[in-house]
Amino acid sequence: MASLVGSRVERKEDKRFLTGKGRYTADINLANQTYAIFIRSPHARAQIKKLDISKASKAPGVVSILTGNEIAGDKIGGLIAGWAIRSEDGTEMKCPANPPLAKDSVNFVGDPIAIVIAESLEEAKLAAEMVKVDYKVLKAVTSTSDAMKGDTIHEGIEKNLCFDWLLGDRQKVKEAFDKADKVISIDIINNRLVPNAMEPRACVADYNSGSDEITLYTTSQNPHLSRLIMSAFGNVAPEHKLRVVAPDVGGGFGSKINVYNEDIVCSWAAKKINRAIKWVAERSESFLTDIHGRDHVTHAELAVTKDGKFLGFKNETIANLGAYARVFGTVTPTYLFGPCATGVYEIPAAYSNVKAVFTNTAPVDAYRGAGRPEATYTIERLVEKAAMELGIDRTEIRKKNFPTTFPFKQTLVHTVDSGDYVAGLDKAKQMADYDGFESRKKESESRGKLRGIGVTSYFEACGIAPSAAVMSLGCGVGLWESAEVRFNPTGQVTVYTGSHSHGQSHQTTFAQIAADELGVPMENIDIVHGDTDKGTFGMGTYGSRSLTVGGIAIVNACKKIVEKGKRVAAKMLEASPDEVDFKDGEFVVAKSNKKKTIGEVAFALYLPGSRDSDFKSPLPEGEEPGLKETSFFDPANFSFPAGSHIAEVEIDPDTGEVKLEKYTACDDFGRIVNPMIVEGQVHGGLAQGIGQALYENAEYDETGQLMTGSYMDYTMPRADNFPEFNIGYTCTHATTNPLGVKGCGEAGAIAAPPTVMNAVIDALGGQEITMPATAEKVWKACKSMKKSNAKAA
Amino acid sequence: MTEITLDVNGKKIKKTVPDNTLLSTFLREHLNLTGTHVGCDTSQCGACVVHVNGESLKSCTTLAADIGNAKVTTIEGLEKNGKMHPMQEAFKKMHGLQCGFCTPGMVMSAIDLLKKNKNPSDNEIRDWLEGNICRCTGYQNIVAAVKEASSKM
Repeated sequence: MASLVGSRVERKEDKRFLTGKGRYTADINLANQTYAIFIRSPHARAQIKKLDISKASKAPGVVSILTGNEIAGDKIGGLIAGWAIRSEDGTEMKCPANPPLAKDSVNFVGDPIAIVIAESLEEAKLAAEMVKVDYKVLKAVTSTSDAMKGDTIHEGIEKNLCFDWLLGDRQKVKEAFDKADKVISIDIINNRLVPNAMEPRACVADYNSGSDEITLYTTSQNPHLSRLIMSAFGNVAPEHKLRVVAPDVGGGFGSKINVYNEDIVCSWAAKKINRAIKWVAERSESFLTDIHGRDHVTHAELAVTKDGKFLGFKNETIANLGAYARVFGTVTPTYLFGPCATGVYEIPAAYSNVKAVFTNTAPVDAYRGAGRPEATYTIERLVEKAAMELGIDRTEIRKKNFPTTFPFKQTLVHTVDSGDYVAGLDKAKQMADYDGFESRKKESESRGKLRGIGVTSYFEACGIAPSAAVMSLGCGVGLWESAEVRFNPTGQVTVYTGSHSHGQSHQTTFAQIAADELGVPMENIDIVHGDTDKGTFGMGTYGSRSLTVGGIAIVNACKKIVEKGKRVAAKMLEASPDEVDFKDGEFVVAKSNKKKTIGEVAFALYLPGSRDSDFKSPLPEGEEPGLKETSFFDPANFSFPAGSHIAEVEIDPDTGEVKLEKYTACDDFGRIVNPMIVEGQVHGGLAQGIGQALYENAEYDETGQLMTGSYMDYTMPRADNFPEFNIGYTCTHATTNPLGVKGCGEAGAIAAPPTVMNAVIDALGGQEITMPATAEKVWKACKSMKKSNAKAA
Repeated sequence: MTEITLDVNGKKIKKTVPDNTLLSTFLREHLNLTGTHVGCDTSQCGACVVHVNGESLKSCTTLAADIGNAKVTTIEGLEKNGKMHPMQEAFKKMHGLQCGFCTPGMVMSAIDLLKKNKNPSDNEIRDWLEGNICRCTGYQNIVAAVKEASSKM
């Protein structure tokens, strides 16, 4: 039987999505359900002086209006930061309470203060208009770089500083810088982004008073984790009385990792009113209240020798957490960022220092890449600048500092098990016709256009992650993953995974893996996920972990199935288990033609006897009937995809318009299970990364109003913004998991921003420009370039 | 309240609904045709595209009452005798979808393109789909799917 791992298999999930049979949270309607609208703060920072619901409560159709007082009275807990980070001075981070409904003060535009529940959505909306809130508006803190100088937002958190974290050795770095021929320094802003999953967040909460059970349907990337947090910290219900279902979810990109206020409030309120409640975000609510991403201000320095060897690296960053610290809010700018900031290079000394600040803006958390795009942008902009200032080819300076042997002990934390960075860069150069760039540049110039080329070599630490490692770094949970593989008596297989698919194609990829392991046709394998009542506890999908952690749990559970099958087949075939081989779905006794299919063995395990066999069981003595195995896989290390990307842009100096002419990505994801799906993941990541570089920006004004709160103001990349991407791979297998896989979901979003910006800045003759490189900014840069050229002439 | 008479996916529909009922709401809430999605409420994202009298239209900003007696086709109405439309087949073959949320609007919009331009170039496809946002695919495989469908339709 040909191996399915490595094959381009069409997706099992597609038909239901293509025929309108997908089932997203907003598609769910329960009998007798009510509709919710949240009252949200229109101010970025204010005290709630008075909340008057008397008129609204009497409005037609209103079932109930609940506020921060009731939720506090019921001792419902708030939202939490999932990682505890320590400052350089050893003190613990300082985080404010984040109640599900604000009672005394609001801290960003969109902070919810009450829920209006009515018989219809229309009635809920009309009643919401009648809720009167008296605010005492306070001066908002919105700027990342100035947050420490602003008014104190949360009592007791001085300078709005959550933590001041250090990774690395300042003294060693100082010594390295003292020896340098040259120091390259850079000031960069990693612009704030809105994840913008196309499905707005939603939830439907139901309560059964007979069983005292709450069921929450929600747009989550990790229903089990949501239940744990809602139960352990939210005090909504004990875990066994709370079922969380994340059905089809229309994209997440990190924004649906968090438990949100609405999940907790609707679940609690459903029990209070003893009816189901449905809430669906409008897009403007998504803009205001979904977690945002990035938002760093960084000063970085690279100490180099005159022939381009890197000696030391400094990274001083201020990271904006927004109003509150959420699940991955504190780890994203620390352990997901700092270690990766030294990139794919051997740098003897380095440190990353991050000051995380609170502001009166939406919470900032993990968005596709989470920390690693910021890290890669820092080092790759710096390396490009070093090449320019030293007059060394941008690819040569990179190669000069690549590690050539693996495992590669990266400066700050990680030991990278495998890779070949030289091969990746060489292949990318060849794919992109790097050497032909000068002639293309001349051709562009002959038409009055500017042309630039940009390179990025990156690695990332994903497949999060070894539980012992992450818990030692402050993670509140272990990041293993679970799988349960169940044979039905008639031979089909159901695989339960703790991962969650919201576009990643698990139904297909995981079925390919299980089919190979068990020798069962893919069409007879179902993948079940997204329901805390189905399957064991799982940690969910983020950090490119589904295949590298969740997939391996499936492999291991399948191996247990085969082991049990072997023992039973041996008894059935009158042989000893070590004489039995398993291949292509058959248990075969060595050097004989005696065999049983795995289906026959499964059948015997469920029906262990027969009418004619005198009470003889086909099962070995002591063997339990049934065929179902579970595995919890905890990886030994992160996985480390890597690669090199090359972009070419053409700029029209008269309009400032940047046209992305070519984009080449050459990635090493280890073994590839389904090339079609991996390619799709790369395309999607690139689109988001290029979006950050050229189009997207979330902007608050000084009063804390989101200026880019709709698709009219926030530039989402569209089909006509991209060229056809040129995708290729190199392959070194991961050594830390049996499939040799590394994870591919975030690579594009990590590598694309510096690649594109390096190209734009190259076209602008080295002039620094911030993301996104909008026509206005580029046009201004072109003008000042003209001026300085004229002066030089 | 307004009485709405429509032909939806070949079925005659008559329902009395509030005057301000949007076509997307009418389809989703009154007919349970939840394949048509609402992603932005402001006709920017295109997840809600359906066909009205054969032309693609954003249903989230169209009043049901405004298209009286029209023939409406939604994503649920494309299959014929259990066989998917060539555009649906092409999206599957070329991996033109990931999370599936924008997909119904994308497919409906793409079918309309091929009605108007049987053999569009890559640029023409990208240009036409400018009104449909996809956050997952980077559009490349959507373009490939539309090309594939154009060779089959």
